Amino acid sequence: MFRSLLSPFRQTTGIARWLLLTGVFITAVFVVCALFAPWVAPLDFNQRYVDGVKLPKQDPPSGEFWFGTNDQFFDVFSRVVWGARTALVVVGLSVLFSVVIGVVLGLISGFIGGWLDRLLVFLMDTLYAFPSLLLAIVFSFLLRDLLGGSVVAVAFALTVIYIPQYFRVVRNTTVSAREATYVEAARAIGARNHTIIGRYLFGNVIQSVPVIGTLNAADAIATLAGLGFLGLGIQPNEAAEWGYDVSRALDDMGAGIWWTAFFPGMAIVLLVAGLTLVGEGLNETVNPVLRKRRLMPVDMPANEPSSYLAEGDAAALGAGAPDPRFREDEPLRPEHEHRRREDESR
Amino acid sequence: MSARSGSLPRYVVQRLLLVIPTIWLIVTMVFILLRVAPGDPVSAAVGGKLDEAALDARRAALGLDRPLIVQYLEYLGDVATLNFGQTISDNRQLIDIVVENGGATLTLTLGAFIFALLVGIPLGLVAGRYRDSAGDVVIRIFGVVTYAAPVFFVGLLMQLWVASPLGWPTSDIASPITKFEVEPVTHILLLDAVIGGNWDAAWDVFQHHVLPCVTLGLLLCGVFIRLVRVNVLQTLKGDYVEAARARGIAEKHVIRRHAFRNALVPVVTVVGLMVALTLSGAVLTERTFNWPGLGTQLYQYLIARDYAAVQGLVTFFAVVVVLVSLLIDIVNALIDPRVRY
Repeated sequence: MFRSLLSPFRQTTGIARWLLLTGVFITAVFVVCALFAPWVAPLDFNQRYVDGVKLPKQDPPSGEFWFGTNDQFFDVFSRVVWGARTALVVVGLSVLFSVVIGVVLGLISGFIGGWLDRLLVFLMDTLYAFPSLLLAIVFSFLLRDLLGGSVVAVAFALTVIYIPQYFRVVRNTTVSAREATYVEAARAIGARNHTIIGRYLFGNVIQSVPVIGTLNAADAIATLAGLGFLGLGIQPNEAAEWGYDVSRALDDMGAGIWWTAFFPGMAIVLLVAGLTLVGEGLNETVNPVLRKRRLMPVDMPANEPSSYLAEGDAAALGAGAPDPRFREDEPLRPEHEHRRREDESR
Repeated sequence: MSARSGSLPRYVVQRLLLVIPTIWLIVTMVFILLRVAPGDPVSAAVGGKLDEAALDARRAALGLDRPLIVQYLEYLGDVATLNFGQTISDNRQLIDIVVENGGATLTLTLGAFIFALLVGIPLGLVAGRYRDSAGDVVIRIFGVVTYAAPVFFVGLLMQLWVASPLGWPTSDIASPITKFEVEPVTHILLLDAVIGGNWDAAWDVFQHHVLPCVTLGLLLCGVFIRLVRVNVLQTLKGDYVEAARARGIAEKHVIRRHAFRNALVPVVTVVGLMVALTLSGAVLTERTFNWPGLGTQLYQYLIARDYAAVQGLVTFFAVVVVLVSLLIDIVNALIDPRVRY
């Protein structure tokens, strides 16, 4: 498990690795802020008084208030930290919802085929062509009446945008995997549909999800901020939200008050950039078109014919024949790692 | 002409036939979401201002007291004739809003595209050509950051750090005096000023366009940089590049004629895909710069809780996206025969 988590790092070199690490570092800082917000932030996100004394209004950054205070007498630093929590909760929920819905629909649609498949593909293509912010606006406009401007309502509004992407990838992989030999074999030994979908197809189609998920998370942060900026995001009394804070600061700009917009805005830029770097870094290791792998040190295992031949299919190979499992585009890997990969796909 | 599979007319016809159900689905989805689900749009928009009898009269006037299915069919008919309904809060025809404010959105988005292409494509080519060099890293980080920075934040920084020192205008499409001097012919202010031969007004309008177009263009240019860079990486690996090198063609010709030219073909497709992103960005840019386009109208009707206006504007935006992608697909089929199959 740990090894597979680290593999993107081990397989990249130089700049690609450096960019990936930068992305991971930025994202990690925000995750820490989000998790430990009550300890990182000196004040609550909607706290106006400290020991009965009201905070100053629109005070510039100082030793006491690192990022200054805004027009509502709030501490900007605390709001940025609490905003990280809001962003990660909303985006985490929406990515989770859209992965679950998109993957399940994609598997069903690709496996069953027929008119259901055509209908779903058509619906998803139309949703995908829709301007994403407008879609989010429509849903959040609607859900505000039904659920109020809560965190969950906004997460749902974002979910709708991202379902089509997972659906597409999963459906297309399923369609091509459906006729693969191993699925045919499973069907021949009498496996039922849900077994085939759950055990054979799921493992194959799930691999591209982390890349899309990370890039979607980045996009979702930006969309959430856009909704907040338009006043259609989370209710201001429920949580601190960066986009809303920037929109409130629009009027401050004329008076030369830059800190009320600058810090929440930079938080959006950094987190979106961090997540994008992670997503692109993962993409470069997963996508063979972009891949430029480091040559892995060749670690030939000790000659253990018993374990090698025990795999059955290997026995059929002539002694000198090249092992077909070594794909040409991959560098030689240690034997045990190869076996592990094969086990996963089974 | 025979309609062989892969022939251009056949592709165009197929593509046109696909547009009709897509638009139907969009109209239906938006109708269900904004008309059926929320209940009564009249009381949402003007509920507090009028008494019950006046509200009923309003509903009857708008035909909202009839069964939903009748309203739905009528709306479908209206959209087919490019009539997107009328607003509830101030009784304007949606088509008038589109005509009066559409021009500002059009020039904003076109300007942004021009900026993004002029900046994004050369940077992407350089980054892909010199992969992993210092320039590549800087360009990639620039691409990631411009894509990551929300347009409304970039707009604010532009106003604060660029507009104030240089004394550039930061809001609206033109100075008030310019607007009233120019006779509205096309409702595209820049064109109207040129038609009227009023070059001072045209220069004024142009100046007002610079910052909003650059702001929105920066968002788009990140996408172009990433796309072009990846395409160059791919084409440089291609067999024909290898073959060209093997034939002894000078490296700079290989890069320019074989790698770069082929790397730019997908840009056409992506321009089509980016129309949606651009319109999303335009809504935010317009709010930031107080730009009198369709995005600002949408924002104002959202605040007014005018469901009918939001329904009409969102439908219009979506239909524009579908039609522009249709156009781009056809252009693409003309350029690249592989698309037609």
